[in-house]
Amino acid sequence: MAGTAVRGRLTWQTATVGSVTDETPRVRTLALEVPDWPGHRAGQHVDIRLTADDGYQAERAYSIASAPGEPLAITVERLDDGEVSPYLTEELQPGDFLEVRGPIGGYFVWEPAFGGPLMLLAGGSGVVPLRAILRCWVSAGSSVPARLLYSSRSWEDVIYQAELDSDGAEVIHALTRSQPPGWTGYARRVDQQMLAEVAWPAAQQPLAYVCGPTSFVEAVASGLVGLGYPAGRVKTERFGATGQ
Amino acid sequence: MEAFDSSASDSSVLDGNAIGGLLIEVFGTEMTTATGTCASCGSVRQVAELAVYRPGLGTVVRCRTCEAILMAFVQIHGVTCVDLQGLASLA
Repeated sequence: MAGTAVRGRLTWQTATVGSVTDETPRVRTLALEVPDWPGHRAGQHVDIRLTADDGYQAERAYSIASAPGEPLAITVERLDDGEVSPYLTEELQPGDFLEVRGPIGGYFVWEPAFGGPLMLLAGGSGVVPLRAILRCWVSAGSSVPARLLYSSRSWEDVIYQAELDSDGAEVIHALTRSQPPGWTGYARRVDQQMLAEVAWPAAQQPLAYVCGPTSFVEAVASGLVGLGYPAGRVKTERFGATGQ
Repeated sequence: MEAFDSSASDSSVLDGNAIGGLLIEVFGTEMTTATGTCASCGSVRQVAELAVYRPGLGTVVRCRTCEAILMAFVQIHGVTCVDLQGLASLA
C-alpha cells in the first residue's frame, strides 16, 4: 500500500430524520438528511445504529428506498419482536437523530447501462430496493421493459401502492393471505407455475433481482434457474424477517 | 464450533450483502463484489452470494455449496477479531 492514498473509510454519520411517511399500518418511510451524502446506487443499503442510554448498541441493515440523485430514504417494516424496527416505525419523529453508515454494496445494484429486460421479484418489504431500481429506471427513461412480481400478505400490506400503479412498469401482485372482494389476481405464494406465467422468457436474456425473506428468495431464485435463467443473471438479497 | 452451528435451512440466513458495512470496516474497501474461494470444496462465489449467520456472538460466513465456515468475525470492546482460514483466496 506504500505510496497509495488511503481512501476515505466508511464512517458512522449523524442523520437527521426529515419527513416520515406511513406506507402501510406496519411500514414507514423515513427521509434522512445526511450532510455530504456521497450519493448511492439503486439497490444499495445503509447500516443504521441505535445506542441505548446504557451504551448498548444495535445495528441493522436497511435497503435504500430512494433512487440515485434523490435524498436518502429508507423504508422500514415493523417487526413486533424486533430491537430496532419498532423504534424506527413508532417512536422516531422528524428532527430526531440516527447514526447511519453507507452507502454499502455493489452486488444487488442496477444501473441503466446494465439493460434488461428487468424482472423484479419482491416478497413483502423486499420491494424496497426494487422500488429504488424502478425509480432509477423511470428517471433514466430506460428503454428496457420492466416487470415486477410482488408478493404481499394482503392488499393493505402492499407498500408504495399508488407509485407502483403509476410508474409505467408492469406490476403483478400476488396476495397470499387475504384478497379484496372481486380480486382476480394471484391469491397464493409465488410458485413455479406463476413464475412461468409472469417472468420474461429466458431467451430474452432478462436480468432478475429477487429480494425478500429467505424462503421466498430461495424458491424464486431456483424457480428462475429452472426456467433457464443463468444463475449469474439472478441477483438475490435475503433478509431474515417474514412478510410476503 | 458448536456455538456457530446453524442449519442451512434456518430462516435467519442472510447474504454477504448484509455485512457489507462490517466488511468495509475490516478491509477498508467494498468487499461484497470480491470473489472468495472455499478452501474446503473450491467453490468460487462473490462475497455477496455467501451465506451469513449472525447468531449474536458474532458473524459467520459459510460456503453455499459445502457449508464450511469461510470467515468469522467477533467484535469485543470495539475490536474486531477476524478468522479467514476457511478461504483459499479472497480477491
